[in-house]
Amino acid sequence: MIRLALLLLALTLSCSLARAVEPDEVLADPALETRARALTQELRCVVCQNQSIDDSDAPLARDMRVLVRERIKAGDTDDEVRAFVVARYGKFVLLSPPVEGDTFILWLAPFAITGLGALAAWAYLRGLARQPATAAALTPTEEDAVQRKLDEAP
Amino acid sequence: MIAEIGHFSLSLALTLALAQATLPLYGAAKNDARLMAFAHAAATGQLLFVAIAFAALTAAFVTSDFSVSLVAQHSHSAKPLMYKIAGVWGNHEGSMLLWVLILALFGAAVPAFGRNLPETLSARVLAVQGMLGVGFLAFILFTSNPFLRLDPAPLNGNGLNPLLQDPGLATHPPFLYLGYVGFSMAFSFAVAALIEGKVDPAWARWVRPWTLAAWAFLTLGIMLGSAWAYYELGWGGWWFWDPVENASLMPWLAGTALIHSAIVVEKRDALKHWTILLAILTFTLSLIGTFLVRSGVISSVHSFASDPTRGVFILALLVATTGGALTLYAIRAPQMKLGNLFTAVSREGGLILNNILLVAITAVIFLGTFYPLFLQITTGTQISVGPPFYNFFFVPLSIVLMIAMTVGPFLSWKRGDLGQALWRLKIAAVAAIGVGVATAVVGTGSLAVLAFAAAAWLFVGSLAVIAGRVGNDWTKAWARISGLPRATWGMVVAHIGVAVTAAGIAAVVSWTEETVALLKPGETAKVGHYEVRLLTVEDVKGPNYTSKLGRFAVVAGGAQIDELVAERRNYPNPGSDTTEAGLRVRPLDVLYVTIGQSHPGGAWTVRMYHHPLVFWIWGGSVIMVLGGALSLSDRRLRVGAPRRAATMQAAE
Amino acid sequence: MSRWLALVPVLILATLALYFAIGLRTDTRTIKSILIDKPLPAFDLPAFPDDGKRITPETLKGRVTLLNIFASWCITCRVEHPVLLKLAMEKRAEIIGLAWKDKPDELKQWLEELGNPYATIADDRIGRTAIDLGVTGAPETYVIDKKGRIRYKHVGAIDDYTWTNILEPLVKQLEAET
Repeated sequence: MIRLALLLLALTLSCSLARAVEPDEVLADPALETRARALTQELRCVVCQNQSIDDSDAPLARDMRVLVRERIKAGDTDDEVRAFVVARYGKFVLLSPPVEGDTFILWLAPFAITGLGALAAWAYLRGLARQPATAAALTPTEEDAVQRKLDEAP
Repeated sequence: MIAEIGHFSLSLALTLALAQATLPLYGAAKNDARLMAFAHAAATGQLLFVAIAFAALTAAFVTSDFSVSLVAQHSHSAKPLMYKIAGVWGNHEGSMLLWVLILALFGAAVPAFGRNLPETLSARVLAVQGMLGVGFLAFILFTSNPFLRLDPAPLNGNGLNPLLQDPGLATHPPFLYLGYVGFSMAFSFAVAALIEGKVDPAWARWVRPWTLAAWAFLTLGIMLGSAWAYYELGWGGWWFWDPVENASLMPWLAGTALIHSAIVVEKRDALKHWTILLAILTFTLSLIGTFLVRSGVISSVHSFASDPTRGVFILALLVATTGGALTLYAIRAPQMKLGNLFTAVSREGGLILNNILLVAITAVIFLGTFYPLFLQITTGTQISVGPPFYNFFFVPLSIVLMIAMTVGPFLSWKRGDLGQALWRLKIAAVAAIGVGVATAVVGTGSLAVLAFAAAAWLFVGSLAVIAGRVGNDWTKAWARISGLPRATWGMVVAHIGVAVTAAGIAAVVSWTEETVALLKPGETAKVGHYEVRLLTVEDVKGPNYTSKLGRFAVVAGGAQIDELVAERRNYPNPGSDTTEAGLRVRPLDVLYVTIGQSHPGGAWTVRMYHHPLVFWIWGGSVIMVLGGALSLSDRRLRVGAPRRAATMQAAE
Repeated sequence: MSRWLALVPVLILATLALYFAIGLRTDTRTIKSILIDKPLPAFDLPAFPDDGKRITPETLKGRVTLLNIFASWCITCRVEHPVLLKLAMEKRAEIIGLAWKDKPDELKQWLEELGNPYATIADDRIGRTAIDLGVTGAPETYVIDKKGRIRYKHVGAIDDYTWTNILEPLVKQLEAET
């Protein structure tokens, strides 16, 4: 029984990736419509996974698209529209998570990792320089010869 | 009967893999030539048995044997033969079998191509491959047996998801797996080297071709998936930052880094710690991808139906494989040498920068994919990470990477001269500024202008590598060009491919035009410089679907220049719809037309897109693959060609 | 290379594996409601069948109720329906229905065919109240306490297991509150 229920649930939730805006949803004012498109592309559809409401042909996504356009027509700013949706569905619907307490790590880690990489490279170069020399140093002419050989290689 | 042969054959393969995982290892430790030689026979035998199992499953699909549960669930007698065959890997169990087949293929390739490998190294490499074989064969046999019977057998099958009934998607998984699984060779070589306690230039020469081959296959696999999404999903998207796509991109990025760091090991006997770790990381990311797609731990639009026991099993495999390798590394690391001296501004330094950037991009994608899960576990908060996050980091990092990778080839090994390198790139600089100004004038976002300029810089800068080698004496030009190593050509071609793909991405992101219109037959809508007229909409019956087929005239300057056909298909088994877009493909742009729902009064929703340079995205990827193939054909890189003693002299 | 530094990769892997293991048992698919412990959002809907009465959050105050989002077009609702009927018949819960974007004649036929477990049905024909409630799909069931606050949200069909193990204990606990 549970299996059947899950199967049926899967069927009701099944949705395909398809640009879904229908002509009757489009706002007459191109500037407002551009804002609406941008906004709906960063709001996540709650029925289908990993799609924006702009991408989803689920009926609920359509309702939300219409709602977003209504809010815009009513004079809401983009932030107010986002806040309106977040008040109902939570931060989950924001495809671009806001930079705040629990997403600091997310937004800072890429910088930290790049910095750490640079630091590790620096430490490695220093380590190389401090190594005891394993062989007698090459004379400048030998060095040049090696250099030329190496440069011919890719 | 045939299913039982497959099942039995798979069990034999597991037994053989167990022997392959242990005996050669003991043989290598005791220097027993017979036990080491056994590895070669075992690897070949494993391929034979897995191939029999795969052939058995294919036969069951081709003959529509619905007494095999998997066939009943995923096939249908009315399906064209090609998709019956592709149906073998269009499901979890069958695709795992394909995975193992490719693993066995790579294993058997070691004795076939690597005859010059030292006996102990090849025995150890094959033993590690054997261990991976044991893990994945056990996974199939105990959690995902494709040969289970169904009694009574149904009269017909459920059918294959119609989205998968497409040449692009039929060929996408095999190439993807050739890439994913191919990286197991880099892993096995790394672990074998750790066991031997010897990482030297010769090792790098042996491991590089395998990595390069896997990388080229993965590039092709990702490209096919992206192109498929473009024409099949109906709105011209070619990348979604979906977890499953990220799962393929992460090993690709790490693998790209590995190809480059292995050069440093090969030429300069340095960067050995990092290269070993990178080899382990690359295959680990392949495994994590498998875990992600098959465990359901992260929900995605296109993952396989998931099952928690499978998730636990793959996680255990991941911990055993990567954990084992990293523990071995922790034991060996203190004795490993750092390598030869070089300064920051040098070819080595450039390759390190390449690695830092590639790993940073990989980390961005990893974080974006898994941070929501980690956060939910830690605090219970549910958040989403979508395209805006990825683009925020991916685009600038990629631009810096392109700028750097143009300069790198002009720096000398050990100690380079940045000023001189930049001077040799003066024409590239002019090209970059020209393209940047031109795109800015046309009207493009500032980041896109930078991306175009960086792509031009990379394109011309890569050609300058060849020009620089030819020199000013034109009489000797041909001799010099034909004398250039294939590996150099490979590098140049692959880098040009990156530039082409980058330009395509920047153009599509900047200049795409979209029109959604309600059209009745005879009516026209505009997109880009095209006018499109809906001619007729017909009902059409295909072999296993019905379809609404719209015919469109493409009009330019008052005259019809082309006719496009777009379909909206309905497949009854299993019931679902697909979109077949009508495409007018030109080198510089693609006109993309789809037909949507019908409306009262005989009107249809028609979506049209004008995508400038979109074809370059995949064209560039194909050029990258060509570069990889050119590099692979270099005599000095040919698998197993170098002998350790000889290369040691050459490198020192 | 220090011995300790060499252990870092293993430690990273161990942490990741731990998270993945917990992740296997974590439900990331269900979007949790952010309205838990908050009062019902304002709404004012006609009853179905329309007898002139309006249904507002006030209608649900004073006792513990289950607010069930359903629709005749929803296949899973059909699976859940017998469970709701049994609960209503045995008077173990008061179920308020919210018909989500349904057509009156189809809804009527559905109720006649399958029976009506609902004490009252609110007709949300345009689906705005459902969005105000943060509905992600049908069926969904909200447990509303005596003060009209949302205390729990169940996504998907209620079966015997969810009722006896999750919902019933909660309803009893809420009934004990003053």
